[in-house]
Amino acid sequence: MSTHTLSVLVENKPGVLARIAGLFSRRGFNIHSLAVGETEIPEISRMTVVVDVEDLPLEQVTKQLNKLVEVLKVVELEPGSSVQRQVMLIKVKADPATRSQVLEMVSMFRAKVVDVATESLTIEATGNRDKLRALLDVLEPYGIKELVQSGMVAIGRGPRSITDRALTKP
Amino acid sequence: MSESGARVTPSPAQMAQHTRPRTPIEVTGAQSLVLSLEAMDVDTVFGIPGGAILPAYDPLLDSVKVRHILVRHEQGAGHAAEGYAAASGKVGVCMATSGPGATNLVTAIADANMDSVPIVAITGQVTSAAIGSDAFQEADIRGITMPVTKHNYLVTNAADIPRVIAEAFHIAATGRPGPVLVDISKDALQAKTTFSWPPRIELPGYRPVLRPHSKQIREAARAIAAAERPILYIGGGVIRARASEELRRFVELTQIPVVTTLMARGALPDSHPLHLGMPGMHGSVPAVTGLQKSDLIICIGARFDDRVTGQLSTFAPEAAVIHADIDPAEISKNRKADIPIVGDAKAVLADLIEAVDNDMEAGHVGDYAAWRERVAGWKEMFPLGWTEPGPDDAPLAPQYVIQRLGAIAGPEAVYVAGVGQHQMWAAQFVDYERPNAWLNSGGLGTMGYAVPAAMGAKVAQPERVVWAIDGDGCFQMTNQELATCVINDVPIKVAVINNSSLGMVRQWQTLFYNERYSNTDLHTSHAGERVPDFVKLAEAYGCAGLRCERPEDVDAVIEAAMAINDRPVVIDFVVHRDAMVWPMVPAGVSNDLIQVAKDTAPQWDREESGAPGDDREGGGGVSRESRGPATAAHRDPAHPATPAGK
Repeated sequence: MSTHTLSVLVENKPGVLARIAGLFSRRGFNIHSLAVGETEIPEISRMTVVVDVEDLPLEQVTKQLNKLVEVLKVVELEPGSSVQRQVMLIKVKADPATRSQVLEMVSMFRAKVVDVATESLTIEATGNRDKLRALLDVLEPYGIKELVQSGMVAIGRGPRSITDRALTKP
Repeated sequence: MSESGARVTPSPAQMAQHTRPRTPIEVTGAQSLVLSLEAMDVDTVFGIPGGAILPAYDPLLDSVKVRHILVRHEQGAGHAAEGYAAASGKVGVCMATSGPGATNLVTAIADANMDSVPIVAITGQVTSAAIGSDAFQEADIRGITMPVTKHNYLVTNAADIPRVIAEAFHIAATGRPGPVLVDISKDALQAKTTFSWPPRIELPGYRPVLRPHSKQIREAARAIAAAERPILYIGGGVIRARASEELRRFVELTQIPVVTTLMARGALPDSHPLHLGMPGMHGSVPAVTGLQKSDLIICIGARFDDRVTGQLSTFAPEAAVIHADIDPAEISKNRKADIPIVGDAKAVLADLIEAVDNDMEAGHVGDYAAWRERVAGWKEMFPLGWTEPGPDDAPLAPQYVIQRLGAIAGPEAVYVAGVGQHQMWAAQFVDYERPNAWLNSGGLGTMGYAVPAAMGAKVAQPERVVWAIDGDGCFQMTNQELATCVINDVPIKVAVINNSSLGMVRQWQTLFYNERYSNTDLHTSHAGERVPDFVKLAEAYGCAGLRCERPEDVDAVIEAAMAINDRPVVIDFVVHRDAMVWPMVPAGVSNDLIQVAKDTAPQWDREESGAPGDDREGGGGVSRESRGPATAAHRDPAHPATPAGK
């Protein structure tokens, strides 16, 4: 298994998310992470789907996605030629004895504290999967009380835009 | 569909050119729906009204262009739309109300999805304010049918109706055809709106590729010229694309042997000398073996289905693959294609003809004479056949009935099968000489398809004789549509191949479950029982009911049925229940292990038997069964075929 990040441009219409999610589950693929939002063109939404899948089934799922009438474009974003980011909010135990150590970790990872309570700190962190995993590893010993993360979003490096390509290609 | 061929159903773009634009008029959503159907040239809708769709049925009563045929079960409406579409090439239309009306359509929609049948299903939905509240007769039919439609819509705004209907027909008929469902809320049907035609179609994400890439075509032509043992593996895409004429020309030009799948029977006439028959689990020995031993498979409009390939890893091990399909997702899905071609089958074949012709003029001519001789030998040596019933069995062989039916009704008739043994025999023993003469449920394998689909075919082509070849199990799933046929003057003919069993399941129980017949006895003819009596059932509906139990009566009964054209006819053919479908490749094993009868492999020449690709041809052979009428010659006691007298 290898991890693949797909950017899927779709028409911004009700039911599209269900259609795409259904396609993945029906063909036996587990979605690792999913993020959906409008693009610079309000009629077009962009989904970033991260899946663990071999190359051949990935080709099949890409083709099946392309068959969906509301799908405009499917692009695989390689980690090397794209920027991939995820947001994580972590509520970690922090009493007066440990607070300064936790804050040190936060600054090392260029995360920030967004909420403070007597027994805890809530940390907002942004990054790719590896960085966030590393942050969690160092916070783990202090006690993670709650964790929530967004889906991965990703964009290709360089001047080209996949929205342009989706709209201009016949 | 493709630039090179005209579809009967015009695309909405063509409609726009030919339809005089209508100035907007004030209508209800329901009137807008009926006007849209009329604008799409719909002449027939199969359906059943109910609460949520009721508003649409009112203007339907006034339509002089659209004939609504009231069926007895929504599944019948769906299969009728399929039969209509498969026989005529036009988009079939069915209609149902919300909730159970809509869910009853699902089987037929799924069937159309598997077999790429262009249908549009229109369903009523509860009022938009009630959606999601578990209202009476509410079902999320859009959600339910998402995995089994090409596309589907939920319409809650009356103004969207013309555009959605035009898009639905466009999507259903173009590219790889398939079912489209349009779910319309009751308030949208009741609302005031304006109707104008043609609507603006907005499908930025739908761009089927029809024209094949010329580089791929040239590469394919080169591979064809270089091959020694090429074979054409032709699927239903050739039928849907109306590419039979191009196929015939390509075969004439290249002289390459052909197999036609269950979905493609009739794509090339069975009488063509290079036609080897049907491949797959119940395919002919020459077709199965031809694929296994080929060095180049030219697959057009087929999808390497498991019922064709058997165990995929051992399928045609020495063959390179040219795979042409209009659906890119089919290419390399199961078997990796060496030369993928995306395009409409008609355009692909036309371009291949040109490319191969050019190559031939340049002196690159494939030489397949030795290969042709070899496959001709298999065809000669292993014809399809059957074992006659033993002395203690019912005396009638189902295969004989079906063969005589095909011979008497002839190639211009339409044959519509259910699913099971009778379907396989109908695929094997009727000679198909033209496309769209053979309709069946191939992909989904839907028992109950035959009667309603035959009804749909007969409505689409009233001038043709339409025979449903059905089993006693299948027939009992949808025979209520005989009422629809009688009332609407749709005189189909039904041959019930009555072995008093779920025959195909019984065959597997015989072969793989130690003859333990769990729940396969239907009591429809065996041991003096007739529950129900199909002749009485037919008569109860106002059909003609006939029965045939002896081989010597077969022709006369079929002739009698052929002479009745003022009402449907049902013939109860009581056949022996231990007949089995042969040849057979047991599930999950290599196609090299094809059996022509129980525990009987084809007797190849010693040298050829083991190794696929061994070039020597043998003079061995299985004890031969000819396709002739029942004679003593068939009763070969040494032949360990279908077990007799169980």
